[in-house]
Amino acid sequence: MSQSTAIHGEKISLLRVLGPGHVWALGVGIVLVGEYMGWNFAVGKGGAIAALIACWFAGLLYTCVAMIDSEVTSTVAAAGGQYAQAKHIVGPLMAFNVGLFLVFAYTMLEAGNAITLGYLVQTVGSMSGFADTHDKPFIVLTIMFLAWLNYRGVYATLTFNLVITAIAFVAILVLFFAVQPWTGEYMKHRELLTGLPYGWLGVLAALHFGMWFYLGIEGTTQAAEEVRSPARALPLGTMTGIITLLIAATLTWYVCAGLMPWEYLGQAVTPLFDAARLTDSTVLMVLLFIGTIFSTLASANGCINDASRAWFSMGRDRYLPQVFGAVHPKYRTPYRSIVFLVPVALVFAYFAPLDQVITFSILSGLLEYTFMAINVMMFRQKWPLGTIKRGYVHPFHPLPAIVLLVLCSATYFAVFLGYGTQLVAMMVFYIVASLWFALHRYKFVRRGAQFTMPWPKPVGY
Amino acid sequence: MAKAPYQPPVQSKLGQTFDTLFLLVLVMASLFVPLYLGLAGGGKTTLELKDQTWAGMGQNATMQAQWEKLGYTQGAKTDANPTSAADLISARFDYTFEPLELVLTALVVIGYFFIVFHWSKKEYREVIDERFNNK
Repeated sequence: MSQSTAIHGEKISLLRVLGPGHVWALGVGIVLVGEYMGWNFAVGKGGAIAALIACWFAGLLYTCVAMIDSEVTSTVAAAGGQYAQAKHIVGPLMAFNVGLFLVFAYTMLEAGNAITLGYLVQTVGSMSGFADTHDKPFIVLTIMFLAWLNYRGVYATLTFNLVITAIAFVAILVLFFAVQPWTGEYMKHRELLTGLPYGWLGVLAALHFGMWFYLGIEGTTQAAEEVRSPARALPLGTMTGIITLLIAATLTWYVCAGLMPWEYLGQAVTPLFDAARLTDSTVLMVLLFIGTIFSTLASANGCINDASRAWFSMGRDRYLPQVFGAVHPKYRTPYRSIVFLVPVALVFAYFAPLDQVITFSILSGLLEYTFMAINVMMFRQKWPLGTIKRGYVHPFHPLPAIVLLVLCSATYFAVFLGYGTQLVAMMVFYIVASLWFALHRYKFVRRGAQFTMPWPKPVGY
Repeated sequence: MAKAPYQPPVQSKLGQTFDTLFLLVLVMASLFVPLYLGLAGGGKTTLELKDQTWAGMGQNATMQAQWEKLGYTQGAKTDANPTSAADLISARFDYTFEPLELVLTALVVIGYFFIVFHWSKKEYREVIDERFNNK
């Protein structure tokens, strides 16, 4: 099905072809790789038990994010997700920053996925007798292939994601049942768990990478202009996505913490694949190899989709050079934005260590969640319930926003512990970019035309 | 009387190219400056392990078995023993910090949000005025 809507006078629009399943696949597809790699650095920062506590606190943080996001997105259903929300609720400079948060959270995640895929191919190559296998060609090929797939069209891209995400999720379930947690034959928690090596400070520090279990679930909103029924599909896809991830995160921790010493687990690049190796089962090793490859591909694929749509939306609004606001005349995709972000992902994947790339992604995500907590309070204040049609109203407001702000503050401190330099470097980047936008770029932006929703004037204006 | 809508200038192709390159340079700088200055990963340290046998490194029999299954060995890492687990076991984060560093970092984050929200408010008023008052 295709539906054409003229937006901002553009003659060509994005296609409305996606259902709740695609939204789930987009959200979980981006994030499920967090179970396959990256989350385990939380073990390195605080020990295995700290990582489990961090996993649940981060789950609470993301439940707040999903609740808030479902309400705002089902009401502000426009490409760009949180960027479009910021434009309508807070103002242009915040919207520009949110657009950058999205682009860099996803592009860095894409780079992290490519690094993991390359590392896994290199490891398996060495195990199979190909000692000279190098990861770099696979990193480049992954990014180029997925960018091409995205260039060609959104429907095929997300249908591809739906299938490979489902396989990667099933692989985690199979591993969980294969290690027979009810017998204790494989699981050695009693012998391997060593308490809290850094004390309670380590629990707080572990929150940093605990976010990796879920980071990117809010990406469901990027498809807002491409779903057939935003009011139904976005909340349904997002909430089922967060439930899926909470289950997968807990299972992943249980299996890995019961198989590996914490010092190894805390620095492993592919922990679930390593867990399969420790079972001595070739079938499980092959399955988890496929699961890791598929999860990295699904995630990188979704990241390209989301980052390019945020970049496209900013180009369309002239927050960025207008050339990025173009839709491909045949494939109806934001092709120039897709192409522009390829070298950025390549450079990060090629030159930066995995934990640094993940930290850049997490920091951008963290800044975005801080914005979301304040944004939803302003949203309810400017358009109280009943003044505009909302697709979904989240309960207990403003409690989720307050909890989200508190957890975000704790996570900034967690990042500061061990990665303070990256935190400051990232803030300097956003401050310089903000100055560039406010003092130079904003003069190219139309004023009233930025507000496209058919809403009444906000309260207080 | 309603004010005339703001008419933005049209940016030249050269200007668009310059802006695009500026953003690329800014992104790369945010990655490479901390890496180049050796500041990235500065929060890590190494435990001194005098005895690098499994027991000396605090590993019990189950841990030892799992390390060995993963392809690691005990003893110091040397050319003759490249698969030693000692480096992984001795790696630690250093969570000591100066309170002033924490305060300054917190001020940077809070200050950033304060300025962005404040500036946005000013721009937003202009958007709303033009969108609603010119109709």
